[in-house]
Amino acid sequence: MAKQSVLGLYQNAEYAAEAGDALQAAGLTKDDYDFLTGAPYPEGAFGERHVSHRLYVFPFVGALCGLTAGILLTSMTQMAYPLVTGGKPILSLPPMAIVTYEGTMLGAILFTVLGILFESRLPRPSLGLYDDRITEGYIGVIVTCEDNQAGRVEQVLTQAGAVDVKRGEAS
Amino acid sequence: MQEGRSLTDREINRGLLNSLYQNPKWYWGSVTLLGVIVLGAMAAAGYMINQGLGVTGLNRPVMWGFFITNFVFWIGISHAGVMLSAILRLSKAEWRRPATRAAEVLTVFSLMTAMLMPFIHAGRPWRLFYWVFPYDWARGVFPNVRSALIWDPSAVFTYLTSSILFVYIALLPDLAVIRDRSTGVRRTIYSVLCLGWKGNSRQWKLQIIAGILLSALILPVFVSVHSIVSFDFSMAIAVKSWHSTIFPPYFVIGAVHSGVAAVVIVMALMRWLFHWHDYVRPEHFDALGRLLIVVATGWFFFFVMEFLFGLYGLEGDEISVKDFLTAQAPWSWWFITFVGTTYFIPVGMWLFKSVRRNPWLMVVACVSVNIGMWLERFLIIVPGLAQKQLFNFAWYTYAPSPVEVVIIIGTFALVSMLMLLFAKVFPLIPIYDIKEGEILKQEIKIGRRTVPAVIRED
Repeated sequence: MAKQSVLGLYQNAEYAAEAGDALQAAGLTKDDYDFLTGAPYPEGAFGERHVSHRLYVFPFVGALCGLTAGILLTSMTQMAYPLVTGGKPILSLPPMAIVTYEGTMLGAILFTVLGILFESRLPRPSLGLYDDRITEGYIGVIVTCEDNQAGRVEQVLTQAGAVDVKRGEAS
Repeated sequence: MQEGRSLTDREINRGLLNSLYQNPKWYWGSVTLLGVIVLGAMAAAGYMINQGLGVTGLNRPVMWGFFITNFVFWIGISHAGVMLSAILRLSKAEWRRPATRAAEVLTVFSLMTAMLMPFIHAGRPWRLFYWVFPYDWARGVFPNVRSALIWDPSAVFTYLTSSILFVYIALLPDLAVIRDRSTGVRRTIYSVLCLGWKGNSRQWKLQIIAGILLSALILPVFVSVHSIVSFDFSMAIAVKSWHSTIFPPYFVIGAVHSGVAAVVIVMALMRWLFHWHDYVRPEHFDALGRLLIVVATGWFFFFVMEFLFGLYGLEGDEISVKDFLTAQAPWSWWFITFVGTTYFIPVGMWLFKSVRRNPWLMVVACVSVNIGMWLERFLIIVPGLAQKQLFNFAWYTYAPSPVEVVIIIGTFALVSMLMLLFAKVFPLIPIYDIKEGEILKQEIKIGRRTVPAVIRED
């Protein structure tokens, strides 16, 4: 059966949180609905589901890649033309450490940014069901449900104080 | 820290996006004027490249002058972004909200401008190619990793890349706000730029973590960048007055001093030009003024230490440089101006609350700081190279040529123009951050007083 999305718009956080409670009372789980806001609210303000992520792994992987790239870049460029200067070793570690450090940090930051996008599920080619009023301060409660449940969900959202309810194909 | 009236999301959108949607006459007039100055600087640079470095005031032994001074100055200004954005974000300082974006954007543009200076200074900018690839393809001779002049671009490039990504990630929610208020092609462009941001629980959670995580990662880069810029000097054994272990922290705190002062100037201008009196308030200038007293005093400590260490060794070269700076006009006048404008005048002003809460007086104090900090870099670079000491007849005191002066003025116009152009397409104050501040704003009653408070999560 096809999935449907239903979006209810609320004027304040209390109504939106109550809509979440009403949806649970109607038999939906926290995985079936989410809250769309124009600003970050304190975690748990709507009684939403806990979001798990692995973002903290990304900087470590990136740092390791950057470290490897830094060591390879600094050592291979010096080894490419091994000219002894002043009797010093070809691979001079203190200057290598500086460039390698920058490479490590660059790798960590690049991977962190990739991780942020990946964990945020961005980029999204389509917005799906959405309303421009969300960035005007309205709070959206978006529900993904079976086709035959959509009418009931609309009713629950309206009863919970939604100023507008929309229906569309689930993205 | 909770002055000002409460604002609705709609008011915040309208207020902070007015720089995008309104077209005041001063805006295009200013951009045109700044553009003409930049073109003038480009023409001067073109003339210099065509004629050679002989048209500058550079000559043996002073081969680093205005261009390198300006390079260090703009690198210093770039430290504003991380200082204000990262440190205040990590410490959850509530007053950071209107300052972070402008500080981060100033970082990006000042770094770009700083990176131009060595290329112009080298006189043959097309040789940029050899910083990355072997300058001797046949034998595979790469740039010398042992040279501080190679560490420098690696650090600056890392900082620039990180800063651009930091700005972009923090812009995503605001790009969605603009998308929702746009139509046609503009909507399509902002839809692509915001990557399909919807503002769901996952995206907001990751956005908040991103701010803290990226701040924590950029901080070590921030410290390394100006330390490595100081290595350009302190690793040079041949110039005694540069060869000092105190240079890295001295440079870093100097950069923070000039950078934060520059952010104050930008904030005052934003408030005035875009009528953001509800967002950039006297309390923010007050907080920045207090912060600047601490930073300036930290800088002054390092300055005194650097001066004392130079004298204490009683080495001829060091003594001659200090003598040059303190006893030989006009350098001694520049030196007095530098110390006065960097520390005594602004700190004397910031001690008064009425000054700290007055945006224009803060601008005066902060312009003074930046005049002083520019002079500081000049007085570090040139007297050390001048070699005016006993029994040395190969000395030369540097005077900049008009070509150099025009290029330097052009860099200030370039940064100002880029900031104005940025304000035309992106909000200079983070909209979602201001909205979050409004959500977390509360008033609590203690006895007979109602005092502002902020909810803070761990």
